[in-house]
Amino acid sequence: MPKEIKNNILQKPFSRRALLKGGALGLASLALPVGNADASVWEAFLQKHFKEMNDDELQSVIKRMEKEYAEKYNVNFNIKSTKPLPGTLFGYGLDVSRCIGCRRCVYACVKENNQSMEPQIHWITVLRFKKGEKWVSSLEEAEVYYAPPEVPEEGHFYMPVQCQQCENPPCVKVCPTQATWKERDGIVVVDYNWCIGCRYCMAACPYGARHFNWGQPNRAKQEYNTETHYLGNRPRYKGVVEKCTFCIQRTRENPGRYPACVEICPVGARKFGNLLDPDSEIRYCIENKRVFRLKEDLNTSPKFYYFFAT
Amino acid sequence: MQKIPYVLYFALFVFLLLFEVAKAKDDIPEFFVPPPPFSEGIFPCSGCHKGMEVNTNRRELSYHEDIKLKHFDGWCLDCHNPNDRDKLRLASGKVIPFTESYYLCGQCHGDIFRDWKAGVHGKRTGMWNGKKEYRLCVHCHWPHQPRFRPLEPLPPPVNPEDNKYKKVTQDQIPLNPVNNISDKLR
Repeated sequence: MPKEIKNNILQKPFSRRALLKGGALGLASLALPVGNADASVWEAFLQKHFKEMNDDELQSVIKRMEKEYAEKYNVNFNIKSTKPLPGTLFGYGLDVSRCIGCRRCVYACVKENNQSMEPQIHWITVLRFKKGEKWVSSLEEAEVYYAPPEVPEEGHFYMPVQCQQCENPPCVKVCPTQATWKERDGIVVVDYNWCIGCRYCMAACPYGARHFNWGQPNRAKQEYNTETHYLGNRPRYKGVVEKCTFCIQRTRENPGRYPACVEICPVGARKFGNLLDPDSEIRYCIENKRVFRLKEDLNTSPKFYYFFAT
Repeated sequence: MQKIPYVLYFALFVFLLLFEVAKAKDDIPEFFVPPPPFSEGIFPCSGCHKGMEVNTNRRELSYHEDIKLKHFDGWCLDCHNPNDRDKLRLASGKVIPFTESYYLCGQCHGDIFRDWKAGVHGKRTGMWNGKKEYRLCVHCHWPHQPRFRPLEPLPPPVNPEDNKYKKVTQDQIPLNPVNNISDKLR
């Protein structure tokens, strides 16, 4: 054996792989903030997946997040970690014959859920269709930017679209890091710390319900909703995907409030409830109204039911 | 002589029992948070109508000139009670207070009434699994012209094709993903 290899500490020859590995690790450790950074940077860097945490770990992570948010936004957020209620499967109903397209729901949602202002993120998109036109299969061609002085307009109808909380969600299937999953109460949630921002889920969603954070929330201090949930409306990081969570911070309580969009709707077109409760409003809709779901042929099985009450 | 009061007590008991059963059968929600939306200073109606003679003729009204009935081919006294102006009157002759006006609407709109009781027609707020707040029909539908009034829509979303967003310059693109993590935390 050549002399210079024998002289190394381990008394073993360096393989090409070992050299590259070691070199990469060394460089990475140089890049990580070591001296000046506090421990929370390392904690965040080594944070586990939310589903793998036990309750204590989750609480300590939430505490750290609250501290980070307080430093970053100068706002004291309360991050809840409410678990799904047993025997609950959330369902949503929307009466297309009542909706007047006033977009009150869009902005109530933005107010509640701390979306980014600039660039703008809306979780609800209100589509406008001409009466009598082909529509359900061509959502992409619908008018989104309508702005008449008054709604409803003659000869048009409106259909708000948001996350359909599919029972068989294609977005969850494609996520390479399992940063998004379906909770036991049927809400599809995103782990904003685990999301790598690849946007596969946005491509997979047939409803255009997922949105990408090109920037920070960019909201004025008083515009933040400080009542948050760790899987819901806590401020999102740049470069992660977000979506409607049926206002998880409001609904996952006992008793829980209606989602913000339900509460604001001036015509009462929006209905919300527990699909497993035979006396709920949503069950009444499904049993007594002509309900349909968007793009049923894709077998996503949404829990968002549109219906015509008249 | 002593027996009569007992019979009366029994009758009262039966009456109360029947009343309770009848109340329980009625699936009308218990409470409404907002009171009926009267125009300012209009209620109680008896404030003016007391002592006025009841005129059942159809005519141009000299006081309620803002009310043009665009609902059905009827007249004030089809719904308003002529004898006690602070109440409403059903077609059956039953007199109801303004806070229960849904019975009046339900006379014709039975299907809507049924949906409303189930919480499907109309706006409901409160708790999805708890106490709910209802609205009366008249909170959204002015009974004299019940069609829902048009609203001004809130602004449309920003169209990305409007080129509103600044182009990101090269130095704004994060090169080191690890730096980016610590940047997020600050």
